[in-house]
Amino acid sequence: MTGPHAAFILAAYAIGVTVIGGLIVWTIADWRAQSKALAALEARSPRRGPGR
Amino acid sequence: MGLISAVSSLANPARFAAFATKALPWLAGLSAALLAVGLYMALFVAPADYQQGETVRIMFLHVPSAWLGMMAYVIMAVASIGVLVWRHPVADVSAKAAAPLGAAFTFLALATGSLWGKPMWGTWWVWDARLTSFLILFLMYLGLMALRSAMEEPSRAAKACAILTLVGSVNIPIIKFSVDWWNTLHQPASVIRAGKPTMDPSILTPLLICAIAFTVLFVTLHLAGMRTELVRRRLRTLRITTASAALAPEPAE
Repeated sequence: MTGPHAAFILAAYAIGVTVIGGLIVWTIADWRAQSKALAALEARSPRRGPGR
Repeated sequence: MGLISAVSSLANPARFAAFATKALPWLAGLSAALLAVGLYMALFVAPADYQQGETVRIMFLHVPSAWLGMMAYVIMAVASIGVLVWRHPVADVSAKAAAPLGAAFTFLALATGSLWGKPMWGTWWVWDARLTSFLILFLMYLGLMALRSAMEEPSRAAKACAILTLVGSVNIPIIKFSVDWWNTLHQPASVIRAGKPTMDPSILTPLLICAIAFTVLFVTLHLAGMRTELVRRRLRTLRITTASAALAPEPAE
């Protein structure tokens, strides 16, 4: 992967890792934040019967 | 019949969330394994192309990203029909979760295409039909996400986004056939075309493995995004219910 165009190839893969890594991190962080908020709200709310 | 009833049972949000929770670890593992194999082949096994030289390695990122950029939009268009015609409860969840993924893969295709274009074409960008229609796809994704976040009422946002998505879907065949309809600097289709792919198997095989890996990754992230969106909607409903209960007058003794 050497040669005169190595910088273009490395830049492309760096952007790829950043974009895809960012998507994965954002997906996990969003899931954790929403689940935590739901658990906190359900713990504060009065019980409303099974499965509700 | 069994498969159809299994798929239609996933229309129930609770069942869908349970299915996603079970499927996600397996899909994530499969994505990681396929990505490892695909990238190893792309970087260390595939030979340099006789014309493109080493820059062909950018194609192993660019082509799968471009396919997924379009596939995400097709998923959103089908989901939009589900929103408008059947008012399917999970359809809008699917459309909303696919938009940021589609935008990210479209951006990646544009960026990697530009990084390939500079050494091969001598320019970062040309306003040819393929590149321009693909840029419009990226702007459509941004517009749809902006429209959704601008509307507070989810059912109104779902309808507006579904209509705009279907209007924008006219761009998908334009992207696909732009290289046939107009004289473009972008080369014509070399994998999905009438007849055999024009690529040598030593390049085609890693490309297809990368495409499968990216697709499984997309499915994983889409499923995860949909599950999160279902939680976000339940959270919203609970917050409204809690706020309404707090504002309701105390019953007379």
